[in-house]
Amino acid sequence: MERYQGKSIYNSIAFGRLHYFAKAENVVKRRRIEDAEAEIVRYEAAKGKAIEELQVLYEKAVKEVGEVNAQIFEVHQMMLEDEDYNNAIYHLVRTQMVNAEYAVASTGDSFAQLFSDMEDEYMKARSIDIKDISERVAGILSGHTAKENIGEEPVILLAQDLAPSETVQLDKSRLLAFVTRQGSSNSHTAILARTMQLPALIGIEVRPEWHGRMAVVDGFRGELILDPGEELLAEYRCRMAEQKEKRELLKQLKGKENVTGSGRKINLYANIGSLQDLASVLENDAGGIGLFRSEFLYLEADDYPTEEEQFRVYMQAARTMADKQVIIRTLDIGADKQAPYFELEPEDNPALGYRAIRICLTRQEVFKTQLRALFRASAYGNVAVMYPMITSLEEVRRIKDISKAVKEELRREGIPIGDRIEEGIMIETPAAALISDLLAQEVDFFSIGTNDLTQYTLAIDRMNPLLDEFYQPHHEAVLRQIKMVAENAHKAGIWCGICGELAADRTLTKTFLEYGIDELSVSAGDMLAIRKIIRELD
Amino acid sequence: MKRFSYIIKDEIGIHARPAGLLAKEAKNYNSVCILTIAGKSADLRKLMALMQLGVKKDDEVTVTVEGDDEDAAVLALENFMKENL
Repeated sequence: MERYQGKSIYNSIAFGRLHYFAKAENVVKRRRIEDAEAEIVRYEAAKGKAIEELQVLYEKAVKEVGEVNAQIFEVHQMMLEDEDYNNAIYHLVRTQMVNAEYAVASTGDSFAQLFSDMEDEYMKARSIDIKDISERVAGILSGHTAKENIGEEPVILLAQDLAPSETVQLDKSRLLAFVTRQGSSNSHTAILARTMQLPALIGIEVRPEWHGRMAVVDGFRGELILDPGEELLAEYRCRMAEQKEKRELLKQLKGKENVTGSGRKINLYANIGSLQDLASVLENDAGGIGLFRSEFLYLEADDYPTEEEQFRVYMQAARTMADKQVIIRTLDIGADKQAPYFELEPEDNPALGYRAIRICLTRQEVFKTQLRALFRASAYGNVAVMYPMITSLEEVRRIKDISKAVKEELRREGIPIGDRIEEGIMIETPAAALISDLLAQEVDFFSIGTNDLTQYTLAIDRMNPLLDEFYQPHHEAVLRQIKMVAENAHKAGIWCGICGELAADRTLTKTFLEYGIDELSVSAGDMLAIRKIIRELD
Repeated sequence: MKRFSYIIKDEIGIHARPAGLLAKEAKNYNSVCILTIAGKSADLRKLMALMQLGVKKDDEVTVTVEGDDEDAAVLALENFMKENL
């Protein structure tokens, strides 16, 4: 067994035979020609054919990966018609009397170089597009067809690099995964792999001699495992069976409404902890994001994340989810989540201590930076903001004053923000639940955080195994509070969701629907199982 | 000659696809359309040259248009940039 670590593009698992994809040895030879104009006619014909082929690929890609991802082939067609590129080829042919294949390959190389020298990562990644189109034309000129035959049995494809056109041309039904040495998560090939939902790894030094060996691609860990032992394989087979089951469930349930037999609808949103989770959120057909934990930005950093850093992350989430709601929870640090630069004093009772909104209201500069980033991101999608650990009306009013001031500041600076940003609070303390009728007058929505609500209601630290026998997740005291909070929300005309672990508790789905809960936010993996339950209810 | 300035709002700047569409748009007109940024410039019809300017978000670019259909061209290009970049 050998293990190799790379970077994962798509979280999924595959097991199968490795197939090393050797680029067609299309070594272009330099030849001297006699008739430059005739050579240019040859070039033009090949270019015309290449553009036709790209049109076919474009149409194939539209069907397989959607129009947005297919557009790269339209751009490839335009690149082939670029004036500077063509002039460089004519010039080489005419002045050096070289064959068209050579002129194309050499021009392709020098243009690709110009892009790989650029500073911008996105532009650097474009050099592969130029090589791709040049190789296509050179291939046509030398009468060579680039179609790689990967055989009948589905395989894990190994390659030094894959051009977008190569990726799309491959027969998808015979592909289990991609593993390449080069490439970036920005490359179109990576985007295509994600859209095709194939496990894909980059940054692994693939070797031709691996061809024919059996391997596992673990997209969750970014690992390629050659000749996995029986024991490990059994584990992966199990996970793959689960994966398959989930996919089948997905096929049946994707695009379906979360509606009961009698027509009661509920929103199913996803909980996420970082941008990496977005792919599985989309894949599992979430109606929105019900809880985006913004802590990772703080926990992964060595110093306070800047407004700009935060803005980019929130904006990307908003854009990815398009018009779907993205509810971002403001900083919930303290207790078990510590970042050294906050320099928080050790406490006797951290769970009852200096955490979450309490930090935000006393260190307002940290709070304001985050709010500026959040409101700026709201111009790019449907962003909502959620405040954690609320216990009093006073706190909510202070938050609203700060939020209002931050919005006004942004408007004064001429920075666009969303027209209607929903602002809600988490109900995760018994205090908030008991005064939820008052709190409902002040905010746009409630989201019940059942983990903390249960801990504070039952006075039980869930981390302590000695207390397991006393811990009752379905305690009547917790359920009554949930019911009361939902009723108080509806009386005030606002909506109420649940974003804690109980939201995914399948035995409570029916109860929550009866309480009139409007939204359940669960991890992406639980989404479709809950949808299934909802659809089976009366 | 007509000209307008524009600040790029797109997060990745003038990337491949809008550059391609911009080039396509410019080819609809006879006028010569030049995009300038910080002293460097490119013909809008030339996709690769345009991409090589490496125009990023918040960069201010100036587009100058000169030719018999410059009025229509400048209008179309400015609208295109507002909508796509």
